[in-house]
Amino acid sequence: MAQFFDVTRLGAFVTRSITMAPRAGRPTPRMAETPSGLLNAVGLQGPGVEAFLTQELPWLAERGARTVVSIGGGTVAEYTALARRLADAPGVTAVEVNLSCPNVEDRGRVFARDGSSAAEVVASVRAATRYDVPVIAKLTSDVADIVAVARSCVDGGADALAMINTPVGMSVDVDTMRPSLAAGTGGLSGPAIRPLAVRCVWQVHAALPGVPIIGMGGVTTGRDALEFVLAGACAVAVGSALFHDPYACPRIQRELEELLTERGFDRLADAVGLAHHPPGSGPRGRTDLEESSL
Amino acid sequence: MAASPVQVTGTVLTTRRVDAYHALTVVAPGVADRTRPGHFVGVAVGGPSTSMLTRRAFAIHDVKPDYGGTVELVFTVRGPGTAWLADLRARDTLDLVGPLGRPFPLPRDPCTCVLVGGEYGSASLFALGDALQQRGCRIDFVLGAPSADRVFGALRARRMGETTTLTTEDGSLGMRGKVTDVLAGVIADARADVVYACGPMAMLQGVTAVGVEFDIPVQVAVEEAMACGIGVCMTCVLPVIGDDGVTRMVRACTDGPVFRGERVRFEDVGTIPFDALGAPGGRHA
Repeated sequence: MAQFFDVTRLGAFVTRSITMAPRAGRPTPRMAETPSGLLNAVGLQGPGVEAFLTQELPWLAERGARTVVSIGGGTVAEYTALARRLADAPGVTAVEVNLSCPNVEDRGRVFARDGSSAAEVVASVRAATRYDVPVIAKLTSDVADIVAVARSCVDGGADALAMINTPVGMSVDVDTMRPSLAAGTGGLSGPAIRPLAVRCVWQVHAALPGVPIIGMGGVTTGRDALEFVLAGACAVAVGSALFHDPYACPRIQRELEELLTERGFDRLADAVGLAHHPPGSGPRGRTDLEESSL
Repeated sequence: MAASPVQVTGTVLTTRRVDAYHALTVVAPGVADRTRPGHFVGVAVGGPSTSMLTRRAFAIHDVKPDYGGTVELVFTVRGPGTAWLADLRARDTLDLVGPLGRPFPLPRDPCTCVLVGGEYGSASLFALGDALQQRGCRIDFVLGAPSADRVFGALRARRMGETTTLTTEDGSLGMRGKVTDVLAGVIADARADVVYACGPMAMLQGVTAVGVEFDIPVQVAVEEAMACGIGVCMTCVLPVIGDDGVTRMVRACTDGPVFRGERVRFEDVGTIPFDALGAPGGRHA
């Protein structure tokens, strides 16, 4: 990304999920384009935490990027070990716990679908992480009740919630008559999932108005970002849009600033969750949100 | 990476049909002057409100200095994205990111090079041929395809190359067969020092095998399905052996698309070899 724009202008850069050992990921094809979206099954390919700490994190720190390190593991112990490994590394702004990656081969354990195991992971990561480094729980929409999982994670000590991770999807190539992805199923991202993501942010913000939410899922313009903010997100993340437009982040940031100015907001925090309040109910008094992308 | 890529909104200058293929010349200053042979561009398809999220990657066929710099792309219609591209007319705009990837390495001293192109993979070989000739290299072409209308650039190859050998699987042009059937003869006759190849994966595998027999280096430009082209999405990976002898799943977009042929584990493309770094249950895990 750094070859396209100044990464210090980003609120933060979220890494791909870092795992303990190096991972080669899934076989190809790993990606299939779907209407307004993208299915992927990369399988958490990465160099492992040691190589990340010696090569990638210092590179990011050198460029002045605020780095949110996403961690992924197969057991509570692995998450905890990762958090401990990151605890004394300089340049970690926050730790995001990827509770929900459906790509992980270890099928039996999708933490985010079960409130108690999600809370267990969050609690042990929280305990292993420095007190001034926030722990963010990343949730999936593939659950019966996202509010219940969100509440468990907050009870477990999550400082913020990130939603949503890619819901599981699938496509079949009618020419080869086989699944389009080598892994069969994959995570769906892009504008196709935005309504789903906005719904999740809305429900969780309504139930837990004091918890900071990082909204994501198909954000490609400033208007999309504002939609998340109005639904209750106090920060917005961009992913798949980068595949289409490498300059998406600075563009969305600029568009969001313009939209806020047009609507008479002095700061982003004043717009957070505004869609929950009926018109004429007056400005909200509470703006104790610490994270903001502006 | 030699040159940093840029995103530009280019203007289509000309569109033309070349046998079975489409060629599109786009005014794209900034992209054109940074391009080296082997580079590719990522093209956004479907217009501003497109539902097609991923960019399409195309090798850059030709770069000309006209109108501040133009690039020419050659492609075939494979789906809705390329169909949209084929419908573009002069003066339409096109969103390009490039130049991307690592270009072909060029020999320091003059030598004899065989350039092998399969189907429209030959598109990226002519700029390479020019660069090699400027360095005093002798170049010989071997171009092949299933049928005559899918051999790209035969005329230009005949003009540029010391020799040009054409093959078609149906015998409609040149020799009947595949490029790998004639390659050994061409390498022997030209006493080639190096082979450059671009085309379908199976052809690159065959060309590499021939190069290994003659113990000469083969530089291959691979085609892998990409979503972003800029190294973010991790979907265009293939198993390649590194300098340390360890196989890694590397990105065709930023680590390639040009690789040393003998380093690419062609028979394992589309899989995760058990001995790759980080493979499930592998010894490095």
